[in-house]
Amino acid sequence: MHDLFSDREIQIEMKRLKENKMSYRWLGFVLLVLTTLALIAVNLCMGSVKIPVDQVWQILVNAGKDMPAAEVLTDVGISGTSQAIIRQIRLPRTLAAAFLGGALALSGYLLQTFFQNPIAGPFVLGISSGAKLAVALTLVGILQMGIKSSSVLLIAAAFVGALFAMGFVLLFARHIYQSAMLIVSGVMIGYVCSAVTDFVVTFADDSNIVNLHNWSQGSFSGITWDNVKVITVLVVVTYIGIIFLAKPIGACQLGEAYAASVGVNMRVFRAVLVFLASLLAATVTAYAGPISFVGIAVPQLIRSMFRTAKPLVMIPACFLGGAVFCLLSDLIARTVFAPVELSISSVTALFGAPVVIWVMMRRRRNG
Amino acid sequence: MHQEETYFFRIEQLTVGYQNVPVVRDVDVSLAQGEILTLIGGNGAGKSTILKSIMGQLAPLSGVVYLEKNSIHKMSAEKRAQDMAVMLTDRVKGDYMTCRDVVSMGRYPYTGTLGILSPADREKVRQTMELVGIAGLADQAFTTLSDGQKQLTMLARALCQEPKLMILDEPTSYLDMRYKLELLTILQRMAREEKLTVIMSLHELELAQRVSDKIMCIKGGKVERLGTAEEIFQGNYIAELYDLRTGSYDGAECRPELPRTEGEPKVFVIAGGGSGAPVYRRLQRQGIPFATGILQKNDMDYPVAEKLAVRVVCVDAFAEIDETAEQEALEVMHGCDSVICALERFAALNAANQRLAECAGINIGGGR
Repeated sequence: MHDLFSDREIQIEMKRLKENKMSYRWLGFVLLVLTTLALIAVNLCMGSVKIPVDQVWQILVNAGKDMPAAEVLTDVGISGTSQAIIRQIRLPRTLAAAFLGGALALSGYLLQTFFQNPIAGPFVLGISSGAKLAVALTLVGILQMGIKSSSVLLIAAAFVGALFAMGFVLLFARHIYQSAMLIVSGVMIGYVCSAVTDFVVTFADDSNIVNLHNWSQGSFSGITWDNVKVITVLVVVTYIGIIFLAKPIGACQLGEAYAASVGVNMRVFRAVLVFLASLLAATVTAYAGPISFVGIAVPQLIRSMFRTAKPLVMIPACFLGGAVFCLLSDLIARTVFAPVELSISSVTALFGAPVVIWVMMRRRRNG
Repeated sequence: MHQEETYFFRIEQLTVGYQNVPVVRDVDVSLAQGEILTLIGGNGAGKSTILKSIMGQLAPLSGVVYLEKNSIHKMSAEKRAQDMAVMLTDRVKGDYMTCRDVVSMGRYPYTGTLGILSPADREKVRQTMELVGIAGLADQAFTTLSDGQKQLTMLARALCQEPKLMILDEPTSYLDMRYKLELLTILQRMAREEKLTVIMSLHELELAQRVSDKIMCIKGGKVERLGTAEEIFQGNYIAELYDLRTGSYDGAECRPELPRTEGEPKVFVIAGGGSGAPVYRRLQRQGIPFATGILQKNDMDYPVAEKLAVRVVCVDAFAEIDETAEQEALEVMHGCDSVICALERFAALNAANQRLAECAGINIGGGR
């Protein structure tokens, strides 16, 4: 009798724990969404010209309407400059930071799954740098031929570069089984690509290439609405694709051999994973240059925040986490030493690198 | 031909290896449903290679593996996963996964596009964890489990797949005795009650002998022997299978012994009925060469004496200890520095040994 009772007690306790875990997850998501929205708002308001929240709101609400709206706004005392800043500069930049940040975090999450390595990411594996090199070569090439560059062309170049770098990493991975050496080879590929990019940028004589230098350091500045459209489409489509990979990604948590034993076609799965991760990293690099550490740090932070590795939680959470991370980093890059703008990578490294160290120390402790 | 079709599982002329280099050739075996087949053989003999080829992780160089008349290598991945589950030697990390999460992975072949578990799946996971005896660990982080608990979790994961055939590569390595026995007990129960067919490799020969219906011995790139435990664990075969260069292995008892100390016997042990074995082993540990007697060949001390003593004075099984043997024992005993009598009493049929003891000045009351 006593045993029965305590058994039931245990069951109730377990159920309570489980429900707690579920509500804990919902709380996590609500927190991430709210933070994302708050950061978008702050990003829109802050900058060399401070624009109050209510004005920003007015501008956004009336954004759909054309000329008359502008007059309406001017009548309420919102200057045309403010409108232009919000509409043409800050809004596309903020949206791009959110989407590209999410894309980077997801890319890192996919690569960590692929290599079964907690510190894999598009930047450490040299994929971002490969994309950067390809974009730089393309830009210099077409600038010299006098052709106007297009979004699609840049993304295509970045994608080819990313796949190239990924190919090298995979080649090394086949011969190197130690995960530490895999990272080292990725970092080396990254250095080589960056060095070549520097050569190209330094010796290209066109004055337009001065812009390239800023871009190659990583920055969200200069993003246009056209860019945002392409980014949104690419990232959303890839995101949906990744959601449909959630099942095999989950199976891979126990290692490839077990995944294969429950029916995952590893060859197809690996190919799709590499394709999607490279596409995401390439999209980011084509518009914002190589951005370090978001890909490693965000999935780690999200995992320990949600205390789970379930892909269906991880995928949306990583996306939101990446958005938060990049929005915050971009805000800092733009405002701390305004009007001087920091490179986004300096800021992400400052916050991201400690996370990587923390992850490695914790793994060592766990054996 | 028709007889073959009654087999549940069958391997025909399977040659396995890497990059066209065969490791083991021409494996043939048939199993009925619910049978347990164990692969034994030295390190690097190719047991894992065979298992990997059966489970489809390695393409066989030639030959076919049939499960219910279907070739395993031609089945769809999903069908294969529903019929066959595996347990590998790979260490599983399982970061941020609970014990239940890991077990749930076994439901993969039954879930939909997004892999979300149905209530029926959850119930199956719960039942399996209960069956394996890890229900209490359900919400514990996988990384915090002991090696034994982890292995039982992986077993539950595999059983959750509701397989008809289970393949396990050295499932008991790294486990302590409790978990070794628990794991094999569950497998045996599943084989008997659920007609689960099991193919595994084991290094623990004594366990292989106890649990297996059939044993396959791999050596020198081929199946050297295939048979029941009684057929395999006979005579000196195990020592041959493992190419023992030192010490010896008693097949029937699954008992390894370290090599005997050679030299002129310094101690004579009067023994019999199991009293001698501990004395023999102590003398071996101390590096003292010894002789022993007088034993009948069916005496339980005899197999140990044969492996450890420099000289064994013995008579045939169930034979009376005769004059010749007694005389021989006396001579050997006189050549020794000391005599140990392991026997505590002498029964009527052991008079010769009593006379030996008395001769050495040891006086123990007899049973007469």
